[in-house]
Amino acid sequence: MTTDHLKHETENYNKTVFGFWVYLMTDCLLFGTLFVTYFVLQHSTFGGPSGKEIFSLPFILTETVVLLLSSFTCGISGISVNHHDKGRVIGLYLITFLLGATFVGMELYEFTELVKEGYSWKRSAFLSSYFTLVATHGFHVSMGLIWIAVMIFQIYFKGLTWIVHKRLTCLRLFWHFLDVVWIFIFTFVYLMGAS
Amino acid sequence: MIQSDLFGKLTLSAFKHNAIEMGASISMVLMVIAAVTFLTYKKLWKWLFTEWLCSLDPKKIGVMYLFVAGLMLLKGLIDAAMLRAQQVLSVGDSYGYLSEGHFQQIFTAHGTLMIFFVGMGIIFTLFNLVVPLQIGARDVAFPFLNAVSFWLFFAGFLLLNTSLMIGEFSEAGWVGYSPLTESKYNPGVGVDYWIWSIQIAGIGSLLSGVNFFVTIIRMRCPGMTFMKMPIFVWTVLATTVLILFAFPILTVTLGLLSFDRMFDTHFFTTGSGGNPMMYVNLFWAWGHPEVYILILPAFGIFSEVVPVFSQKKLFGYTSMVWAIAAITVLSFIVWLHHFFTMGASPNVNAFFGAMTMLIAIPTGVKIFNWLFTMLRGRIRLTTPMLWFLGFVGTFTIGGMSGVLLSIAPFDFQAHNSLFLVAHFHNVIIGGVVFGFFAGFTYWFPKFTGFKLNETLGVYAFWCWLIGFCLAFFPLYILGLMGATRRLSHYDAGLGWQPYFIIAAVGVVVIFAGFGFQVLQILYSIKDRKNNLDTSGDPWNGRTLEWSIASPPPLYNFAIEPNVDSIDAFYEMKQKGDLNKHPHYEDIHMPKDSPVGFLVGALMFTFGFAIIWQIIWLVLISFIATVALVIKHLCYDDTEYTITASELEKTESKRNT
Repeated sequence: MTTDHLKHETENYNKTVFGFWVYLMTDCLLFGTLFVTYFVLQHSTFGGPSGKEIFSLPFILTETVVLLLSSFTCGISGISVNHHDKGRVIGLYLITFLLGATFVGMELYEFTELVKEGYSWKRSAFLSSYFTLVATHGFHVSMGLIWIAVMIFQIYFKGLTWIVHKRLTCLRLFWHFLDVVWIFIFTFVYLMGAS
Repeated sequence: MIQSDLFGKLTLSAFKHNAIEMGASISMVLMVIAAVTFLTYKKLWKWLFTEWLCSLDPKKIGVMYLFVAGLMLLKGLIDAAMLRAQQVLSVGDSYGYLSEGHFQQIFTAHGTLMIFFVGMGIIFTLFNLVVPLQIGARDVAFPFLNAVSFWLFFAGFLLLNTSLMIGEFSEAGWVGYSPLTESKYNPGVGVDYWIWSIQIAGIGSLLSGVNFFVTIIRMRCPGMTFMKMPIFVWTVLATTVLILFAFPILTVTLGLLSFDRMFDTHFFTTGSGGNPMMYVNLFWAWGHPEVYILILPAFGIFSEVVPVFSQKKLFGYTSMVWAIAAITVLSFIVWLHHFFTMGASPNVNAFFGAMTMLIAIPTGVKIFNWLFTMLRGRIRLTTPMLWFLGFVGTFTIGGMSGVLLSIAPFDFQAHNSLFLVAHFHNVIIGGVVFGFFAGFTYWFPKFTGFKLNETLGVYAFWCWLIGFCLAFFPLYILGLMGATRRLSHYDAGLGWQPYFIIAAVGVVVIFAGFGFQVLQILYSIKDRKNNLDTSGDPWNGRTLEWSIASPPPLYNFAIEPNVDSIDAFYEMKQKGDLNKHPHYEDIHMPKDSPVGFLVGALMFTFGFAIIWQIIWLVLISFIATVALVIKHLCYDDTEYTITASELEKTESKRNT
């Protein structure tokens, strides 16, 4: 590999990772707007239930732990990438995938239970904003799961080339970002809503 | 049952329209048939596909943006003429030639397409064409993403125009205020067409914002520090920051409105705890920055044009940069001035009024900077300069009427009146449109290799300027007399008709200006041998784009330029520092790809399906889009190399 080529690849890597950061900041604003809507509408229960009546904190705490664990396994996979340990990277991403899928599953279960009890998004403005905020996060996590699955195949078939490395860095940023958003949802929607 | 499974809400009645609407859709169909026949007859399909639809070259993508914006400008002008004609005719006992609903659809379409497809279209034209050249780069940061952005923009444009033929367009104004846009009051597909055409185009704009932000931050040529960037690049950087902060809000707002309509949520409804005023707040939290997204690049254009044609460097570069930065920040804390009448407390209104007045200061700084640049310069009064002078006059008047409106008690009187309509047309036509025309004439030779005809350009300028004054100054008076906007009928005794007639005459004169511009382009193409630009620097330019051939080669710069001052190219010419014995290196360029085009096609299908609630098609087109993007992103080999020796060959051919 020539030095010119190496320089080109480094530039490309830095540019993409920076660009992905910028994208994440726009996504952050998207969530910010949804949070604002939630804050405006959280007391507009219109005779329906308030957060206090429908949130089950132990369940949500389990969900949170599952997601944080997935972020941990995703994070340490970065070290294995630097050690070029292909097998371990795949293993860690498989665990991340399973934990993420569990999280989405638990969220879907929570939603179905609420809808069964008659507390769907149609009931009140509070529930509309609650479902939209949490489900938008859940949609992002689901997209992340597809991304992880695709990357597992890429690592398996292409190995840890610099271009796969670049994509994994973006994926980790995305996954940690979703974790941060969840911390905010956990705090502002669930903890403060249930108290 | 089967029919609604297959076609959703789409039935044959969607194709039935009244005579005027039929006329519009038939003429559109005829235009498409004419284009298809022409392409087939000249055997140009392959050329169109490989050279344009698959292209990732920002220079070509810029031209495609221009094509869409031009078409939409024509349609927007026709809409405007129809509105004014109705207002001239529909007085007293006469009710004009348009039905109420059709009139409402036309003013909604006029506003929507002028902002989203003309305004955004022309700024992205110049982003794509000029930014890489001015920063000495060979491409944008993410070429494939750039193509996707354009095709999303194009999909939105197609959706908007499809509403002419299939179904109807929104009747709720370009701002689409709830609860009027809720399904309870607007059950038809019109509002859905409005939502999805700007939602899809808006996501394209957001991605472009990311792309050009990264391009400017990371791809400037060596030596070009922030304070040595051309001012146009500075304005684009500020614009992309505005896009990054503002467009996610629009995406969410439109998303929530569509949830209200599709899934019966209660964000902006009047019942069940919804809050319609939240829609208005969110809309303008995007909408006010949007105004500056349109005008800042125009300021940038004038900052390029005025020094070149005054043959002097720009007065007060640093203050110009700080003025841009100040406007960028202030534009986020003034949104409430769009609805002082909401009923917020006097303190809140006073705060937003004061912030609005504050914006006049950095804007004034800019105006004086341009005027001082002209002072003691050797001015060449070319058409770009004429557009600038027209801008100074009209924009200053528009700005002052804006300061008037920022005073809340006055705004209560003029709110939703034609005074407001006159104000924002005053700043948008005088600012954005005149700015774009200046930039178009200025950069035209760079991308075609020949200049535009001056005489016809001067005619066009005077028609636009006079037409503009005729069309909008009467509206100030009408507004003060109490005429509200979006008015399709009024009493004869009010004495408004003469003013509407003058305004309508103004529209005709503007049309003449547009006609001269079309003529100017056609004549200049025919007459190009007499206006050739062989040097690549027809205006004695100051910035890097003039240092390369016109039209530029695919890779823009054979050798990466090295910059050490603000007007880099001008300094190089003064020092005679132009590289005579270059040393070439390999260049990496992105491979063309049809995927961007396909994504656009799929998103158009997705939009159409979701508007008509054709569930199976929504699912298929969404899954197909995701799959296609994944497939493309898994592809590693996206670049090819132009070797140094090939480069030397092409470059020496040009120099001999």
